[in-house]
Amino acid sequence: MKIPAILLVCALAAAAQQLTYERLLHPEKEPSNWLTYSGNYAGHRHSPLTQINDSNVGKLKVAWVYQTNSLQKFEATPIVIDGIMYVSEPPSNMAAIDTRTGRALWRYRRQLPDDLRVCCGQVNRGVAVLGDLVYLGTLDGHLLALDTKTGAIRWDTVVVDYKLGYSITVAPLAVKDKIVIGVAGGEYGARGVLDAYHARTGKQAWRFWTVPGPGEPGNETWKGDSWKSGAADTWVTGAFDPATNLIYWGTGNPGPDWNGEVRLGDNLYSDSIVAVDADSGKLKWYFQFTPHDVHDWDATEVPVLIDAEVRGEKRKLLLFPNRNAFYYVLDRVTGKFLLGKPYAKQTWAKGLDDSGRPIRVEGTTPTLQGVKVWPSVAGANNWYSPAYSPVTNLFYVAVRDSGAVYYTGEAVYKPGERFDGGGFRAIAGEEEQGFIRAYKPTTAEVAWEYKLHSAPWAGVLSTAGNLVFGATNEGQIFALNARTGAPLWRFQATSLLVRSNPMTYAVDGKQYIAMTLGNSLYAFTIE
Amino acid sequence: MIPVLLWFLFQAAPLMDLPNVTENPYAAAADIALGQKLYKGRCAGCHGLTGDGGKGANLAVRDLPRAQTEQALYRVVRYGIPETEMPATLMAPREVWQIAAFVRSLGSASQDATRGNAAAGEQVVSAKGGCLQCHAIGLKGGRMGPALSDIGGKRSPGHLRGKLLDPAADLVDTFRLATVTTKDGRKITGVRLNEDPFSIQIRDFSDGIHSFFKEQLASVHVERRTTMPSYKGRLSAAEIEDVVAYLLTLRGNVQ
Repeated sequence: MKIPAILLVCALAAAAQQLTYERLLHPEKEPSNWLTYSGNYAGHRHSPLTQINDSNVGKLKVAWVYQTNSLQKFEATPIVIDGIMYVSEPPSNMAAIDTRTGRALWRYRRQLPDDLRVCCGQVNRGVAVLGDLVYLGTLDGHLLALDTKTGAIRWDTVVVDYKLGYSITVAPLAVKDKIVIGVAGGEYGARGVLDAYHARTGKQAWRFWTVPGPGEPGNETWKGDSWKSGAADTWVTGAFDPATNLIYWGTGNPGPDWNGEVRLGDNLYSDSIVAVDADSGKLKWYFQFTPHDVHDWDATEVPVLIDAEVRGEKRKLLLFPNRNAFYYVLDRVTGKFLLGKPYAKQTWAKGLDDSGRPIRVEGTTPTLQGVKVWPSVAGANNWYSPAYSPVTNLFYVAVRDSGAVYYTGEAVYKPGERFDGGGFRAIAGEEEQGFIRAYKPTTAEVAWEYKLHSAPWAGVLSTAGNLVFGATNEGQIFALNARTGAPLWRFQATSLLVRSNPMTYAVDGKQYIAMTLGNSLYAFTIE
Repeated sequence: MIPVLLWFLFQAAPLMDLPNVTENPYAAAADIALGQKLYKGRCAGCHGLTGDGGKGANLAVRDLPRAQTEQALYRVVRYGIPETEMPATLMAPREVWQIAAFVRSLGSASQDATRGNAAAGEQVVSAKGGCLQCHAIGLKGGRMGPALSDIGGKRSPGHLRGKLLDPAADLVDTFRLATVTTKDGRKITGVRLNEDPFSIQIRDFSDGIHSFFKEQLASVHVERRTTMPSYKGRLSAAEIEDVVAYLLTLRGNVQ
């Protein structure tokens, strides 16, 4: 492999620069880099890079592979800044990797306690970078700041007590001079928080409790003391709009998951999008998708922000294809409901009323004998990312189509113990369906769909090269034509499930596609 | 599909045959003696004959951070520590326990200590010693040498004392100084971060990070010396002890 010396000199010059908030505001000015979890604050997971495109993607080859030695799921989206990739590895580790060679520049290994409380795998979805620090949340509830140049720990702050059922799996988000981070713990009744920490020092700047305490608005939506174990955790990275100065973040299921009897009421702010002020953490508005959820339909999907016309009026929008199988369009200034319609099979709601509140179908609440409901616990969408392309004006979503049998059960809260109040199983004989769909963003009309073999656990990336990248449960990464959905390239990478999101970057003038596939991080390029 | 998913979820724990006991079943005097023999041949290369560390961690302490329980100690000896240089072993359980018993005995037997004053040592580290020019402790310090934020949990007083007096005596493979010359004549010197037959990665003295394929380079020179100065004569014996005492307080409790 030959690399012109002039490009190396450019790389050196860039390496000296720090990642400022100003740069985070304008990722479109430096398309070689991937600065935040979703590529921009609006959650688009779209890249303006065109070197890899619909005419040459068939020649894409593996450039390098970085394997983790953990058997846990490798879910992280890497961040790339000036030729250096920062990626978290399961369970709470991370590495800085040279993007040309795939060689590690430094690695951080965390010693975790033996008594973690983790519902669904010892995973981590990524890091945030600001200045010369890289931020990692850990399964034992800490937020760490590591030196981007050495991996040395610069500060270590306890966010939550893991012994109460909390863990941190979410990629933090750097906003202004703060690091915003959420928590997991929805199967342990761990009362959710969304926190911000001062980036330089690790001192807490603000905390927003996703379940209001006594005397606060919304506390009355929880029967008795049930708010104390109300969960509504914040385990997927949200979005930020500098124009509204609001952080938009999804919240998880109310606790316990499947027994609603012990927490009668709407259970605010579970299964909601909350819009909080970036400076104070104060709630500006909320929209609850699934009031009094009894099916574990966390609203922990990635909110996607676009500006577009709805019914003749130009608006600032928030798109949200929800786990509950309804596709929502909200006004992100006010939280006003503008559109909601099913985008996968669902049997739990007759529809939504004018305010967006679901009209429930009788007999869909979990029972001791089990009740069959669509969508499944995993939902029509999940934590993995969608993509919005301003080039095609299409919204790409990996859609799951399946149902489940839901059971209720005993729910007695004990801090730090599993608190889910039931269970679920697959519907015998049902074949789950999976699709990559391109939606018209404001109407949820399907422009095209690409059928998968099974319901996916991997997100998508769109690029200005007229491409959409995704991955399958069967271990392939693939590329589709962004306008038509026609398959253009595939690579069989692993015998394991793929549970992650693709991203792209360029170094030395060459574009790469990167994604964790099974327990390895792959980088692809065209020689 | 969901049964398959659940199977994956429950595959979470590494497959280990951990004995379900809270006490070491082989901790008699005879076991410790046998454990010492095994230790000399298998562990001392990195951890030192008296367990005071070197390439490996200091074991001559009462509280082993990665082995708070007997079962945890068994696991570390038997399975190693993933992605560190501490390897797994195929020794029989009885031998693993005997090594564990000997390792526990090191903590109580150690005479290695310092009478230094940690507060005074902190002053020396940040002022007269100039240590933070190269070493990071929490939010402060440089990047030329290893971070010291948790050095107190890894190294013994004797090891730290020795490093201050004669840094070259015990070189580790990390933080080597490397100089490369490109075919177009540029020369870059810095800390080697990684190297393989085909490429090398370096962090220069301005914290710029460089990666080269070796075919672009005219020469690669990795030095077998350390840039750390000896403090023999630069600090008094009492100041050295104060620094050692301070470093021993650094156990990852940064901030």
